[in-house]
Amino acid sequence: MIPAKFEYTKPGSVDEAVRALAGGGEDAKVIAGGQSLLPLLRLRLSFPDLLVDVGGLGELRGVRDEGETLWIGALTTIDEAQRDPVLAQHCGLLAQTAALIADPAVRHRGTIGGALAHADPAGDLPAVATALDATMIARGPGGERAIGAGDFFLDYLTTALAPSEILTGIRVPKLGPGWGYRYEKFNLTAQAWAIVGVAALARRADGHVAEARIGLTNMGLVPVRAQAAEQAVAGAEASTQALRAAAERADEGTQPPSDLHGGSDYRRHLARVLTARALAVASGV
Amino acid sequence: MTTDTQAAAPELGKARTRKEDARLLTGQTNWTDNIVLPGLLHMAFVRSPFAHARITSVDVSAAKDMPGVIAAFSAADFGEQASLPCGWPVTEDIVMPPHPPMATDEVRYVGEAVAVVIARDRYEAADAIAAVDVNYEPLPPVLDMRAALEEGSPKVHEAGNKCYVWPFVQGDVDAAFRDAPVVVERTYRQQRLIPCAMEPRAVVASWVADEVTLWSSTQIPHVLRFALGAFFGIPEQNIRVIAPDVGGGFGSKLQVTAEEVLAVLVSRKVGRPVKWTESRSEGNLTIHHGRDQWQRIKVAADRDGRLRGLEVDLLADMGAYLMLVTPGVPLLGAFMYPAIYKMDAYSFKCTGVFTTKMPTDAYRGAGRPEATFAIERIMDELATELGMDPLELRERNWIKHEEFPYTTIATLVYDSGNYEAATARAKELFGYDELRAEQKARRVSGDPVQLGIGISTFTEMCGLAPSRVVGSLRYGVGGWENATVRVLATGKIEVVTGSSAHGQGHETAWSQIVADKLGVPFEDIRVLHGDTQVSAKGMDTYGSRSLTVGGIALVGACDKVIAKAKKVAAHLLEASENDMEFTAGRLHVRGDPGQGHSLQEIALATFTAHNFPDGTEPSLDSEHTYDPENFSFPHGTHLCATEVDTETGRVTIRSYVAVDDVGKVVNPLIVEGQVHGGIVQGIAQALYEEAVYDDDGNLLTTTLADYLVPSAADLPHLTTDRTETPATTNPLGVKGVGEAGTIASTPAVVNAIVDALRPMGIDDVPMPCTPERVWRAIKSASDTGAGQNGGGQ
Repeated sequence: MIPAKFEYTKPGSVDEAVRALAGGGEDAKVIAGGQSLLPLLRLRLSFPDLLVDVGGLGELRGVRDEGETLWIGALTTIDEAQRDPVLAQHCGLLAQTAALIADPAVRHRGTIGGALAHADPAGDLPAVATALDATMIARGPGGERAIGAGDFFLDYLTTALAPSEILTGIRVPKLGPGWGYRYEKFNLTAQAWAIVGVAALARRADGHVAEARIGLTNMGLVPVRAQAAEQAVAGAEASTQALRAAAERADEGTQPPSDLHGGSDYRRHLARVLTARALAVASGV
Repeated sequence: MTTDTQAAAPELGKARTRKEDARLLTGQTNWTDNIVLPGLLHMAFVRSPFAHARITSVDVSAAKDMPGVIAAFSAADFGEQASLPCGWPVTEDIVMPPHPPMATDEVRYVGEAVAVVIARDRYEAADAIAAVDVNYEPLPPVLDMRAALEEGSPKVHEAGNKCYVWPFVQGDVDAAFRDAPVVVERTYRQQRLIPCAMEPRAVVASWVADEVTLWSSTQIPHVLRFALGAFFGIPEQNIRVIAPDVGGGFGSKLQVTAEEVLAVLVSRKVGRPVKWTESRSEGNLTIHHGRDQWQRIKVAADRDGRLRGLEVDLLADMGAYLMLVTPGVPLLGAFMYPAIYKMDAYSFKCTGVFTTKMPTDAYRGAGRPEATFAIERIMDELATELGMDPLELRERNWIKHEEFPYTTIATLVYDSGNYEAATARAKELFGYDELRAEQKARRVSGDPVQLGIGISTFTEMCGLAPSRVVGSLRYGVGGWENATVRVLATGKIEVVTGSSAHGQGHETAWSQIVADKLGVPFEDIRVLHGDTQVSAKGMDTYGSRSLTVGGIALVGACDKVIAKAKKVAAHLLEASENDMEFTAGRLHVRGDPGQGHSLQEIALATFTAHNFPDGTEPSLDSEHTYDPENFSFPHGTHLCATEVDTETGRVTIRSYVAVDDVGKVVNPLIVEGQVHGGIVQGIAQALYEEAVYDDDGNLLTTTLADYLVPSAADLPHLTTDRTETPATTNPLGVKGVGEAGTIASTPAVVNAIVDALRPMGIDDVPMPCTPERVWRAIKSASDTGAGQNGGGQ
């Protein structure tokens, strides 16, 4: 299919982009790598009047070490995230997940910010950002603001970003000593979206799991934290049996969809199995 | 055929890279969508959103007012429409409902064209289709074949939902089953598939005065020309069909489509050339689908495993209309259910059923994958019932190599084969006994990842087809193929073939054949195809027929060139024609290779014709039309080991061994490519692909995000090897390879999955065997306590 007609602008700065968005109102859309938006345009599921192409804004690209935290520019591509040495050292979960997203062509075009702002619950990065306790940095006409991952994803394909706000980057706390991580992606083909994904971070101390954070992909309209399982695993013995027992609660409070690729009961089952597996790797069991 | 051969450095068997690849891979060629003509307009189709509805009105007037729109038409504008052709009315009393290219008063599947908009560019055309106002009165959809045959079911067509019943009985089936010590019966589902050729369909139609040229991404330019001439009132001599380079078909472009016919009609109406290229979603909806059958299969055997009889009862979904060979596809399988096995009796029945879905038609293998799947699956079930090793059961029943030629219970004459050799080699490469030992160990330890071994000892019939045989099956055209060899003045060769390649590598393989036959360098040969003004005669490419029929036509044409060249050489050498020999590209007096002329010298002498034998045409060019005397029967043994994660249901193919026997090999690289691609397409049916309609008849799998075509990242290493048992029915000894892998691999994979899960009490997983389906099978077996020893044991 081919898209309907739209206007296109390529601003030279974030401020210019924000002004263009504000001028375009509800019918303006930000485009970066285009890997989520272009298919929607081509299938004529989305009819924006104006595309504001932020792809040329170099200031939004790259990873910065800020001491306690990392800043990851919204335009950092999935492929760059997969290969970035700073991310590998301090935020390995993101790097590991990036390698599992779609295919090389998509990873070279798609951006971290685009994947988060698109807020597809079947996308991998929203759940990872949720597990990482990431903070989203947005810039709008009124200036910059920070939004916690837990407050960012509001509904299916809907975020807390105002129509004239641009996601400029995310800030994630560095993983300290003792932390392990694992993203378990369960998809039908290598290029397909996850039926279920589990992003687990665990801090191990004295043969126990001191704390864990678990984000779930495609277990509801928004990425969710498996809070019951997180609580169950905190303080538990770092053993297969204990982790499995905690993972049995991974689907509590979720509302997984039923679709062509999996019934909700199957998704619940997968969430439990994958959580056990992700926790095992994250806590070195 | 002559016995002249070119022994010097044989091209046959050489692993040449393909000469057509440079232009195909670097995008230097013209695909249909690249073609731009002066004044070219673009078509976009308004398609039915209902599976079944009465059309109460179509109003295109608003669309005509949209920017850039030149014209818009509904069915009313085309008057009385001829039906799209069905060339295979399989029985005398088959129901053949009218199938107008554009729906008139009723739509019968989602995606059926109801109007067309013609605009200056694709964007304007796409915008304008939303302005066409169509009113529908929904009718009940008919989606389930079994329900469709019940009394009181809503009807797809006035005449009812039963299209035909085609029976075939050989031997005394009752006697075979009566008192049989073992009878096993199963019902298998062949899911509906969507062929996903890399190049979508595309057409360009252009009229100049009373002549029309149709470019189409088609497998069958010749048949298409014939159909346009025979059914749509355009004199055949005024039609030129061009299939430029075509990016794959897998049977889906073995069709005369509504879009092709409408392009021709619309272009004539608007007086300008028109183009249409489908989007992938449009293609998933409206390119003909494949498979979609229920197969009830029943086998009778003695306690020692000897097969007594086989009964097959099919329901085959035709979809909403009969397209080019829709009704015949399941019947191609009718002859293949007995496969490589000997038995006393066989009965087959197929009932064709109409539903309100996209019509089905040929898809890689066409009838033969279905047959192979069912027989190879039930052989495993029978082995279980008998407590025998499944390979041993097969060996007990297959035709031994010394028994060829062998007339099967399905009346086919298998000319050659060696199932023992292929199986022995496959077992060796696979490590069959070691894997069985590992399987046992995993069962004992209750490993959550179980191991299964799947077997497929398949054969197929290809080289379609002896005209008299297909004629007796009421097939609409012949099965011959045509080739012309033109010897140019400089001694270079132009080959014109009726086999219309769409990715198979004919230009390379045909050059290799001619190089050997005529003793000219491979590089001196050019192969022309796919344009009815260049290649005037042909039956095109499908059913693994190109080499086994078109290649043999080429051999015949080469032989005629040699005969003509001998006459010229004899004249020049003042020798008798009968004393002439042709070796290593030279024509000489027998026993005296020094005294002679090269073919190139003869070519020049023929061109100038200054000194030429009296009464002889000054031309070496030769044409040959070949009608095969029999089908060919490639075979092989495929072994697959799968690991099944019983916690998630995920199936991973751990190893795959394919030993194929395709007879003599012209180009091992091309054969390897066909085997790889074929196996993968069969694995795709086993594990990934399914066209899914919802309860209202909407296709849910309209994109490649939902219709899951596996990529290299999803697939295992394939270990391939060959045995070589030449066909005895053609001078090259070739058998065809285009579909073998697809036919063989699906049952190998599913047998492996079931083998892994059998101790849990599971004897089937419906295809595609997705993780969810495997998990549900395990869950349901453990809920009902079906396994004798519980899970993992």
